[in-house]
Amino acid sequence: MTAVLEKPTQLTPEKPPRQWKGPAVFVAVAIIALVVMPLLLEPFRLGLLAKYLCYAIVALGIGLAWGQGGMLTLGQGVFFGLGGYAMGMFLKLNDAGGDLPDFMVWSGVEQLPALWAPFGNPVFALAMVVVVPLVVAVLLGTLVFRQRVRGAYFAILTQALAAAMVILLVGQQGLTGGTNGLTNFFDFFGNDVAAESTQRGLYLTVAIVLGVLYLAAWQLVRSRFGRLLLAVRDGEDRVRFLGYNPATVKTITFAISAVMAGIAGALFVPVVGIISPALLGVVPSLELVVAVAVGGRFALAGAVLGAVVMGYAKTYFSEELPDAWLYLQGALFILVMTLAPKGIVGVAAALRGRLRKEASA
Amino acid sequence: MTALLEVRDLSVVFDGFRAIDGVDFTVQNGELRFLIGPNGAGKTTLIDIITGLTKPTTGTVVFDGKSLAGKREHERVRLGIGRTFQTSVVFEELTVLENLDLAASFRRPLWQLLARRKGVVAAVEQALETTGLGDLATRKAGVLSHGQRQWLEIGMLIAQGPRLLLLDEPVAGMSSDERARTGELLTSIAKDHTVIVIEHDMEFLRRYASQVTVLHEGKVLIEGSVDEVRADPRVQEVYLGRAREEAAHDAVS
Repeated sequence: MTAVLEKPTQLTPEKPPRQWKGPAVFVAVAIIALVVMPLLLEPFRLGLLAKYLCYAIVALGIGLAWGQGGMLTLGQGVFFGLGGYAMGMFLKLNDAGGDLPDFMVWSGVEQLPALWAPFGNPVFALAMVVVVPLVVAVLLGTLVFRQRVRGAYFAILTQALAAAMVILLVGQQGLTGGTNGLTNFFDFFGNDVAAESTQRGLYLTVAIVLGVLYLAAWQLVRSRFGRLLLAVRDGEDRVRFLGYNPATVKTITFAISAVMAGIAGALFVPVVGIISPALLGVVPSLELVVAVAVGGRFALAGAVLGAVVMGYAKTYFSEELPDAWLYLQGALFILVMTLAPKGIVGVAAALRGRLRKEASA
Repeated sequence: MTALLEVRDLSVVFDGFRAIDGVDFTVQNGELRFLIGPNGAGKTTLIDIITGLTKPTTGTVVFDGKSLAGKREHERVRLGIGRTFQTSVVFEELTVLENLDLAASFRRPLWQLLARRKGVVAAVEQALETTGLGDLATRKAGVLSHGQRQWLEIGMLIAQGPRLLLLDEPVAGMSSDERARTGELLTSIAKDHTVIVIEHDMEFLRRYASQVTVLHEGKVLIEGSVDEVRADPRVQEVYLGRAREEAAHDAVS
């Protein structure tokens, strides 16, 4: 070390060649997720991780919309629910095998509603997982962003949407299963959905989908569009005078985050075995935003990390100290927003910087 | 020479206050026009109307033979009207290069924006050269000094490739060295662009202006060469009157 230090001090170059670091971390995490975890965790715990990874997909979308684009969306549960119900409707019809789904019989529905009929087709149902959130988000974005609704107003609007969605679902008992939602699934594309092998396959599917979407989001953030998105976040009015329409940029990004939430919802249904209003209302939507903030909203990895960490924390504290969790969650959010706006990722980077400084001092 | 910008009988009323009151204003292709006037004369409001930030109450703005009525801000940029702001706004989280690159890329179709930037396009390279910001290209714009920010903004404007540039007080708050550099920058840009500059600074005006329009209380007071304008008693009254008042005010406070 001292020999190196005897050289005349030079300014560190602007960009040290560390291009391999990001991909290396990604590959390491992928190996842990795809190989180590399935070997290490018992089926119940692996199922929990699969659930957290579903939330991580939603969080990734929130990271894009909020962290990169400045759109604080408090209603991602809506899109999560749209994807989840599309999948749930297919599974219910598949299990019913030509008859009415069980909950409809209990509600006294006598004929399959027209809205349900096409969801018996798996291709249609899977397409709707993407198309419905996409269309809703594009419509909403076009209306809202064109009128230059932003900041707290946008946040409140999305939250109201989540509340409205719950009311709608609960009110249409015969169509949606009401408060109970859609549950009691048996078959998943020819496999017993509860079987250990199916659940393992589902876990791997969720992990791979998360990985692919992460790479896509990463590419988006690094592209010119990603730079433009940051510019819109930091100075929407200035961007207009660069010749871009910020409403278009925001609508596209919001739609991408909505599609991610929709896909997550669709994967969540076979993994957990239920989709219901309680899983997509205001509270779960907010919990995910808190998770993204805790992990670090300005980095995609922070959003994913936050969802997994907060998922585990919720499970742990619900098992050990069920009453304390809500307070802890609230306190953590306040702490992060006031003291560490960049979340866990930001704190880790700051620590690393300090260690490096001490090492070279 | 043909008129690039024609403003006819323009008025704008804010809550009963006539910020612009029946202004006619024409700028020829290739011109460098200075727009001066005391505070509240309506200079920035005029620029705001031309760029779509403010809607006129009455009157028309015609750019290159086309009416701008109903066109939104980014659509006017796409027609070739670019501007800077009094308080410069650059994107602090992006590097100088990325700021310029965004300014140069708005004509690309959306799908092309999804690719990463590879290399530096000619327009950006030229903007870096013109503004002398080449050494700072990979630094975040947040670390720039006030003067460098103004140059970056002017650079972004050049990189846009506009046909009409509107600069709102480009030397405000600059040191005298920075003013001189900005003046040179302005002179070189004006060689192949049509430029309208709002400026308060009389010294700067005397050195770099040729054609001047004086606004006063929302009306065009006089238009002409620098010497004509400076010799006009009404301009002296407007400016010196103000100067006297301000001096008196300063003496009191």
